[in-house]
Amino acid sequence: MTQDPNARAEIEPTEVGANAAETGERQLRQPDADHDVTNDHELLPEDLDFATLVEHGHTASELDPDAPAVLTVDNLKMYFPVRSSGLVRRTIGHVQAVDGISFEVPKGGSLGLVGESGCGKSTTGRLITRLYKPTGGSMMFEGNDLAKLSNKEMKPLRRDVQMIFQDPYTSLNPRHTVGTIVGAPLEVHKIVPKDKVLPRVQELLEIVGLNPEHYNRYPNEFSGGQRQRIGIARALTLNPKVLVADEPVSALDVSIQAQVVNLLQDIQSEFDVAFLFIAHDLAIVRHFCPEIAVMYLGKIVEIGDRETIYGKPHHPYTQALLSAVPDVKQAAVGGRRERIRLEGDVPSPINPPSGCRFRTRCQFAQEICAKVEPPLLQIGKRHKVACHFAGELGAHPATPVTTQLLGVDDQGSPVPGATPTNTQLTIPGYEKTWYDLTTKQTTGA
Amino acid sequence: MFAYVVKRLISGVLVVALVSMAIFLLFWYGPSSPAQPVCDRETSNRCTPARLEVYEKTLGYDNPVYEEYGKFVKGVFVGRTITIASSEYQCSAPCLGVSFRTKQPVKEELVSRMPATFSVAIGGAFLYLLFGVPIGVAAARRRGTVTDKALVSSFLFISSIPYYLFALLTWLYLTLTFPVPLFSDTGYFSFFSEGPWKWFSGLFLAWVALGIFGCTQYTRFTRGAMVEALSEDYIRTAKAKGLPARTIVYKHGLRAALVPVVTIFGIDFGTLLAGTIFTERIFEIQGIGWWSLQAVQGRDLPVVQATALFSAVVLIISNLLVDVVYSVLDPRVRLS
Amino acid sequence: MTSVPMTQSSAAAAAEADGPFLQVEDLKVTFPTEDGPVTAVQGLSYSVAKGKTLGIVGESGSGKSVSSMAVMGLHDTKSAQISGSIRVGGTEVVGLSESRMRGLRGNSMAMIFQDALAALHPFYKIGGQLEEAYLVHHSGASKRDARRKAIEMLDRVGIPQPDRRVDDFPHQFSGGMRQRAMIAMGLINDPSLLIADEPTTALDVTVQAQILDLLQDLQREFNSAVIIITHDLGVIAEMADDVLVMYAGRCVEYGTAKQILTTPEMPYTWGLLSSIPDLSASTDARLIPIPGNPPSLLRPPSGCSFHPRCVHSDKVPGDLCVTELPELLPASSGTAHLKRCHLADPIAVYQDEVLPEIAPDLVEETR
Repeated sequence: MTQDPNARAEIEPTEVGANAAETGERQLRQPDADHDVTNDHELLPEDLDFATLVEHGHTASELDPDAPAVLTVDNLKMYFPVRSSGLVRRTIGHVQAVDGISFEVPKGGSLGLVGESGCGKSTTGRLITRLYKPTGGSMMFEGNDLAKLSNKEMKPLRRDVQMIFQDPYTSLNPRHTVGTIVGAPLEVHKIVPKDKVLPRVQELLEIVGLNPEHYNRYPNEFSGGQRQRIGIARALTLNPKVLVADEPVSALDVSIQAQVVNLLQDIQSEFDVAFLFIAHDLAIVRHFCPEIAVMYLGKIVEIGDRETIYGKPHHPYTQALLSAVPDVKQAAVGGRRERIRLEGDVPSPINPPSGCRFRTRCQFAQEICAKVEPPLLQIGKRHKVACHFAGELGAHPATPVTTQLLGVDDQGSPVPGATPTNTQLTIPGYEKTWYDLTTKQTTGA
Repeated sequence: MFAYVVKRLISGVLVVALVSMAIFLLFWYGPSSPAQPVCDRETSNRCTPARLEVYEKTLGYDNPVYEEYGKFVKGVFVGRTITIASSEYQCSAPCLGVSFRTKQPVKEELVSRMPATFSVAIGGAFLYLLFGVPIGVAAARRRGTVTDKALVSSFLFISSIPYYLFALLTWLYLTLTFPVPLFSDTGYFSFFSEGPWKWFSGLFLAWVALGIFGCTQYTRFTRGAMVEALSEDYIRTAKAKGLPARTIVYKHGLRAALVPVVTIFGIDFGTLLAGTIFTERIFEIQGIGWWSLQAVQGRDLPVVQATALFSAVVLIISNLLVDVVYSVLDPRVRLS
Repeated sequence: MTSVPMTQSSAAAAAEADGPFLQVEDLKVTFPTEDGPVTAVQGLSYSVAKGKTLGIVGESGSGKSVSSMAVMGLHDTKSAQISGSIRVGGTEVVGLSESRMRGLRGNSMAMIFQDALAALHPFYKIGGQLEEAYLVHHSGASKRDARRKAIEMLDRVGIPQPDRRVDDFPHQFSGGMRQRAMIAMGLINDPSLLIADEPTTALDVTVQAQILDLLQDLQREFNSAVIIITHDLGVIAEMADDVLVMYAGRCVEYGTAKQILTTPEMPYTWGLLSSIPDLSASTDARLIPIPGNPPSLLRPPSGCSFHPRCVHSDKVPGDLCVTELPELLPASSGTAHLKRCHLADPIAVYQDEVLPEIAPDLVEETR
């Protein structure tokens, strides 16, 4: 970075992470009598050309394999009680929304959480931000277990773990000005003196690419994309270390989605924030997250780096999910893409199938799948999968790969005298060594 | 559903018990002795402290409050004998006390006044629904037009007049200034002993007052609910199916718009049944409303107590009915 | 209003011989608002033949839904001013009387909507809503016929145990099943034209794929003309024969799906393509947004409505983009391909500048 003060002024827009080029904020700085005030922030510098725009567009985020974990989630569970109707309301069951998931979010990195509605991905996000108190498990963040803390003990830590919501229309209070919304966390946590709140709010608005002069406007004066920027500014107010983004772009127009994704990437590199990125759009997740966890009915079925999950997924559900995404490139060929058809609907999380939860819709399911739950097994350097018949598409083994580890036979019945060998099936991160599917031996890099 | 109704009834009984306790306590710890009004009345306003003490003693006001409340509750279930000064009055179950004024058991008088109040309430409500809902629907279909705007603003004007003033003006104009032939002799006459026509003509103006005023409000409720319903996606679907406008508006629109209207109506109608004080007073109808007004003026404590309890019961039941009807109207609502 | 299906389909067959089933020409839709008239759609022309699928792409406010609702005659005739020509199976529907329009709606043309939970009436059973759609166009049919037809259609769209589920309310169905029921209702009278407005937007990918399969199967079976309105270019790529790209109420590019998605010639289409990441793209591909926000229709920009957001207008001499609305002219890739842009050599700009950034792998392939 240059130390020349004149040069600095020019590069400042990108430095603060603002997508100046997209919104034309900087242009507003020059007084211009002809500008219609209400539409100021929508206009663009006329000299914006493609090359400048390209510089602001990001390529897919890259994985830093050596980054330490900022958040370590271990065997996290959330069961919601189901009560009977009738005179006395007894608890008659539990919705196992999240049932024993483990993962790590690397410092300054992103973990993507994908899956269909009802798989528990949003619940996971709410557990991490402690909107719910988990039923079990731990969430280690800087030496504190967020799962165990009381709401009072949690309060000082909330500033470090913030959330960006899906719907930019309902998540902002329409009766509060943008300044109040963005500044509220500062006042709640009493971090800066009162007279410093406004400058900080304006700084934040600038970071997210909004006109800082607009702090006294109301949310309805902004478009959907701009409201989502306000939501992001609010989440950034307290300099969080972890941001949970729950479907941050799915309510936005296509052209605006990319603006917001780029903004989030800017923010990540600028402030070194870690993201738990929850979305159902597999392509957006692929772009934003170097690591992805696939959830099905409350469990992680496969987790790994981008190349593995999208390139050579080993779980039949991941394969089906990926094959179902319509692909623009198909236009060159015409017709529909080959895909794996999943029959039926997702079963109820109140009474999930025994063994492997995916078995009711899985074409490879055998007896063992109903009897024994497949462990989330590390099968590569950064790849874990929970399937008895894990294998690349078209190369699923005929016999279960997990029998030796679990001490069971091919039908899933315990083998007398056999001792399960793998004792560390649920650690949140990755081991140096893993179980090789072809040799059925533990190997290392 | 059944369990829900039972649960609600149980909680309703609890509420009634609490209301009765609250009313009992309010009178017990009021500014003057609860025996004061009856003493004043019996002695033609020459109630001395000594005389007051006699009344307090016979009425049991020297006992602890819980003991007397216990007697009151016992009376509700098995009846009791009430002593005022030297006279004794039999009060059979369910005993709500004896009126200080008439010395009649309150329950009997309450029952005898119900037909009047119910006649006013049912007739008035019938009128305002009959006109309010269709006018509301028509206004919603023409929303934004001159007709709609004129209707809404004139109705808003009427409903912003205080009801007692509106009823009084109705009475004044229709019975004195421009007496409506046949209907200007207002009051309650028994449907059975004095004939349907007499009953009808006596109540007619009361119904008109209640009906017009309620109509302005129900037009606005219905219009609001209807405008909302007509902007729903399923109305667009109904149109896309090629349904005729009538089916779209009534079968699809009004069906949905009725839910909030019915909710408001249930509560409203319960309030009417508990006594229409202004209507009854102005149109000289001997119903529960007027009776409770007289009781308050005459400090007739047992009657005030009974009418308050009665409105509590009516409101609890009408609330419950609204919730049940709601679950029938909207299949998404499951009572539990 | 009695309509006999036989004459309907023979009339449609006659129209088919003459040309496309749906022909829209120079459509303009204007709504009066408190701030003045808003022209939501103008100068729009397109056609769809039976058995073919047209995809309409655009952002909110681009006029893609407004134009389709005009085809269905769903706009309030008192407030919307519609001009131009819309011919459905040979019948001109602009200015058609409401009662005759009603005979076409849901009968020879049907529409399915995005949010099936909101689009189905919450208080009536699925079966009742389907029966109603059947009975209104089959006045001779009995209630029993209608019920049989409803169950048959539910079965056809893949609802399990249709004879039992027919008596369920919409909220008792899952999202995917509701959309299936919606499709069943749309197709109950064998329409020749089906308009699907964002049919899969709220659904999960696996359910979306099922619904798209279903739409394709049904289209093959009924040989209907289909319009799919969506913002998802992936859906367009897999479903559409022709694509219409709309921006600020106008068509900005029109051609076959292959032309539009592989050799687009309008910077807005480039922007759409560059702002969605691809499942299989190189990780070196950049996500390049379209700057700014969609314009207000109340005060549309001068000249080309896209010029305030266009990053290629510097390649057009003078300020032509600001002053003059480009005409919809044939593109270089083929006569059936139309585009509305002043750029002299858009193919070169796309190949040399845009593609290397958004799909570096594709460039290598072509070299």
